[in-house]
Amino acid sequence: MKDCRLEIFKKASLCRNFELELFNKVQEKIIKFPVYLSAGQEFIASTIAVKINEIGVSPDIFIQHRGHSTYLAFGGDIFQLIDEMLGRKSGCAFGMGGSASIQSKEKKIYGHDGLMGNQVPIGVGACFASKLPTIVFVGDSAAEEDYSLSAIGWASTKKLPILFIVEDNNLSILTEKKVRRNWEMHDVANGMKVKSFNISDDPMVIHKHLENSFDEPMLLNINTIRKFWHAGAGTDGENFDRYEDEMKFFGDEGKKIDEYNKNLVLEAWKKQLGKL
Amino acid sequence: MEKTVRETIKEIVRVHLVEEKSMCFGQCLTAVGWVGGTLPELYEEDGMIEVATSDVANGGFVVGAGLKGIRPIYVVRYQGFQWYNAPIIVNYACKSKEIWDVPCPIFIRSIAMEGAIGPVAGSSHHSLFQRMPGSKIISPMTPNEYKYAYDEFMKDDDVYYISEHRRSYDNTKEMQNVIKENADFTLFPISITRFDAEKARLILEEQGYKINIIHQLWIKPFEFKDEWKKALNDSKYGGMVLDDDYEEGAASSIAHTMMISANKKVHTMGLDHRTAGFHPDVDNLPPTPDAIVNRVKSIINGK
Repeated sequence: MKDCRLEIFKKASLCRNFELELFNKVQEKIIKFPVYLSAGQEFIASTIAVKINEIGVSPDIFIQHRGHSTYLAFGGDIFQLIDEMLGRKSGCAFGMGGSASIQSKEKKIYGHDGLMGNQVPIGVGACFASKLPTIVFVGDSAAEEDYSLSAIGWASTKKLPILFIVEDNNLSILTEKKVRRNWEMHDVANGMKVKSFNISDDPMVIHKHLENSFDEPMLLNINTIRKFWHAGAGTDGENFDRYEDEMKFFGDEGKKIDEYNKNLVLEAWKKQLGKL
Repeated sequence: MEKTVRETIKEIVRVHLVEEKSMCFGQCLTAVGWVGGTLPELYEEDGMIEVATSDVANGGFVVGAGLKGIRPIYVVRYQGFQWYNAPIIVNYACKSKEIWDVPCPIFIRSIAMEGAIGPVAGSSHHSLFQRMPGSKIISPMTPNEYKYAYDEFMKDDDVYYISEHRRSYDNTKEMQNVIKENADFTLFPISITRFDAEKARLILEEQGYKINIIHQLWIKPFEFKDEWKKALNDSKYGGMVLDDDYEEGAASSIAHTMMISANKKVHTMGLDHRTAGFHPDVDNLPPTPDAIVNRVKSIINGK
């Protein structure tokens, strides 16, 4: 199990270091449009990516706007992601997608257009047409959209092989969940006869709950902590950091992996910025 | 015996599901009537997909199916319901090719009708889609036009908005443009107004006016053909675009496009700018032949 946890950490480390460097690039004003940093939430996509490799499926993935970690964890090309941040035609969305609308055709990651939560009905429709394993990532706020909720209901009715991942950072920009609603997504999904769990973003907990994914619709509401602002490069204050915690768990090996990914990301930026 | 528009649509849907192995999504498709008799009696195992009463999400399901390349048909039984069904289609399917190079072809059967159906359901709403990029809009009113619309869709990878009208379903006849030398006026009718514009033209001719009629099948992209431009420029008193939608939408946009390149005024006539009620006294219907005749005469007579 430690091997699995290490594999997850390696992916999370790439995601974290990418976001830290992107944070710098935004502060340096090299990137001038809104970016939605996923640091703090990287263990969700990293764990799922490791798990689907283990079970040998290659799902269609419907990403949300805060999706750099999803893209990288599932194997999206880092150079194309950097180019996208630079608005280049060689970017993963041909320079049209910015931070919020990235995609990877090769990794079957479908882009998000910015209409919050519409990836839920779109993912459900794609899954209905293909009957193939499908994962939909959605934030706790976008999940509140009426069409997100009714889409989960239709996936249940049609018993689709779909996994809904609610990345629950408790915030809609800065408005807390308790201000917006008095109910929880996993309760609603359970009410729609979708197998649902409310869990932490501890990678081993996520991993355990992914058993039997795609046998039927399933929803995981995963509580996590957004490290940076909703958009842009700043922090809302000090919070528990899962990444630091996991790195500590792996000791020197964790530090080495972190250092390796830091250099990998720096080199990738250097290479892409060096191109005309 | 000639086929009606209804029979033509029904056969197209049958071929699309049975031979093309696609899907047709919509609400209450398999209920009594089969959407005005325009659907074959097929069920979910054949690709006829009943969706829930969740209009916005349903548009999203169809987009997802479109992304998987199955070219779904989406039946929206009242065009007014597009205000709820359109958001994910116009914001995702219509933009997907441009942003991600991922086409999302969908054939939207958007059905208009009016008369005692109140403030939301009635009339045509193609202007909703017209102002957004990434879709094509056709309003076929004859069997051959409908077949042409479907054939174009199957050759293409865009979202097609088919602006249907229930009053056309019994039609078996093709409609011809009439362009005359030294005409007084040219009518450019869209959708169901084509039938009443033709009646109006005949009434005006009986009264001694020379009237052109140029039927508008394509709403978007709109191509102002040279022949039409000449007909308009040659018309003494200009022309008029007629629509079953509010005047402030496609009709005004097309009239504007015409006026930019022609040297005559192009008027518009469509729904009144008010809400439709259910009772005949407060309904909001497309222009009648008499209303068209009166409007044309008023323009010609400078009143």
